Amino acid sequence: MTTLTADLVDYADAVRRYDPVLGIEVHVELGTRTKMFDGAEASFGADPNTQTTPVSLGLPGALPVVNGKAVEYAIRIGLALNCEIAETCRFARKNYFYPDVPKNFQTSQYDEPIAHDGWVDVELEDGTVFRVEIERAHMEEDAGKNTHVGGATGRIHGAEYSLVDYNRAGIPLVEIVTRPIEGAGERAPEVARAYVQTLRDIFRALEVSEARMERGNVRADVNVSLRPSPDAPLGTRTETKNVNSFRSVERAVRYEISRQAAVLDAGAAVVQETRHFHEDTGSTSSGRVKSDAEDYRYFPEPDLVPVAPSREWVEEIRAALPELPAARRRRLQGEWGYADAEMRDVVNAGALDLIEATVAAGASPAAARKWWMGELARHAKQAEISLEEVAITPAQIAQLQSLVDAGRINDKLARQVLEGVLAGEGDPEQVVVARGLEVVSDDGALLAAVDEALAAQPDVVEKVRGGNLGPVGAIIGAVMKATKGQADAKRVRELVLERIQG
Amino acid sequence: MSTISRDEVARVAALARIDLRPDEVDRLAGELDVIVDAIARVSEVATPDVPATSHPLPMTNVFREDVPVPGLPVDDVMAGAPASEDGRFLVPQILGEE
Repeated sequence: MTTLTADLVDYADAVRRYDPVLGIEVHVELGTRTKMFDGAEASFGADPNTQTTPVSLGLPGALPVVNGKAVEYAIRIGLALNCEIAETCRFARKNYFYPDVPKNFQTSQYDEPIAHDGWVDVELEDGTVFRVEIERAHMEEDAGKNTHVGGATGRIHGAEYSLVDYNRAGIPLVEIVTRPIEGAGERAPEVARAYVQTLRDIFRALEVSEARMERGNVRADVNVSLRPSPDAPLGTRTETKNVNSFRSVERAVRYEISRQAAVLDAGAAVVQETRHFHEDTGSTSSGRVKSDAEDYRYFPEPDLVPVAPSREWVEEIRAALPELPAARRRRLQGEWGYADAEMRDVVNAGALDLIEATVAAGASPAAARKWWMGELARHAKQAEISLEEVAITPAQIAQLQSLVDAGRINDKLARQVLEGVLAGEGDPEQVVVARGLEVVSDDGALLAAVDEALAAQPDVVEKVRGGNLGPVGAIIGAVMKATKGQADAKRVRELVLERIQG
Repeated sequence: MSTISRDEVARVAALARIDLRPDEVDRLAGELDVIVDAIARVSEVATPDVPATSHPLPMTNVFREDVPVPGLPVDDVMAGAPASEDGRFLVPQILGEE
């Protein structure tokens, strides 16, 4: 096993003395019903090897046919990433031997990808926009799934044998390859993370994939190299494979920068190799060294004819593209009148969809933001869950706010109502009734409490009568306390002053 | 003019996981040479403006509808497997890596 305790240079020091360059390959599994080259189901979670055909098993004589929907999705992705869509392109065989590739080659695209030369703007958490150039996006197929049995950790090392399930073999993939990402400097890890996140959001908006990271629908290979300065030639890169969460992408880049800096500081050369990321330690370890043994002997796939998307078809797809996440954010910010910083906080908190739904349910944008970014964000943080997991719906928040707006509850009561909803006591309406939380608007009941408070604090009454309105708060406070906060404070004040001065 | 060396044959054979004896390597180097020479003759005739042909048929965009077909029964899938476990193919320990 390769060492996990490699020498590391302190990150800040590493990026002060070296300029990192990234290259990121993102694979996305398309959400088509069937596989790329055959009609086997492409859904997730079926019993092993129940979703195969002779094509996805690589049986001799089986002939592939391209899934037209997958081509459409690939074009959608290409257009959303501002790519050129090839007038004609073809598939190629990438030959290698591994049990999860039953044909002994992966059907991919090589010299003729379907989309090329694009870009995407990536927004960092502080609002900085970083443009990432896209070299290409090509179509290919996923491999089967290996389970390693007998090793201590379930990883390959120490495994006695492997079990292979080909349900995933042949599921359509689009691989998106960036050009070298330069100029990110110390923010390289953040840029890498934001890039992958941006793509994930775009895939979802395009409805080409469920894009669930935890299911491996989106996987990233991260290339990192260092050079002494931005005008020096590119350094030797490593490729950290299959980094499958946003956080891991950030950590893997950060780790590689610190590790490579240590290698270079020691006067050694970075080895061009693939590396594995370890979730538990946040480190990478050496995988296989790239050598000329890794010759994929690409050649054009003779069993598939070229794909030549007509310009009419491409324009049709372009015209039907949905609103993309960045445009949507700009539109909603305009509609809601949020300041830049407010909008960023909302986006970073993952509250955008929730607030949109709350506004749609009738709440004002300001009120929706107040609830989700205030009370509910605190609740989520305390419970260590995401905002989406909080047990309240946007419609319930809108109802809660409408109760406040109608004067039936005040802010303090609203928080108690919220507690009730979160505790599963029903809609805000029901909680108000069940807990008896409505504002006391009956003057009779209030006056009794007011009189009681006045009688208890004759000195205050004297002062107020003498023209000093300052201490009146003490009386109001007492009334609020006596009514358990269910009084309308403004009305209480009116009644108190009437009583004293009247 | 010999263009295919013994080493090259051995390398390509290794890449393709074909186990060749030394005498087979020698024989194939000669035979492949003949093929490469023949192709070279074609290249002499084909001017640069003739595009390389990967598909002899003038066809494009042969697509399938995205409609599922029933999967093969698992018993059929496993029929050719030398070994299996829990409906999955059992393969020897993998020495490479993912």
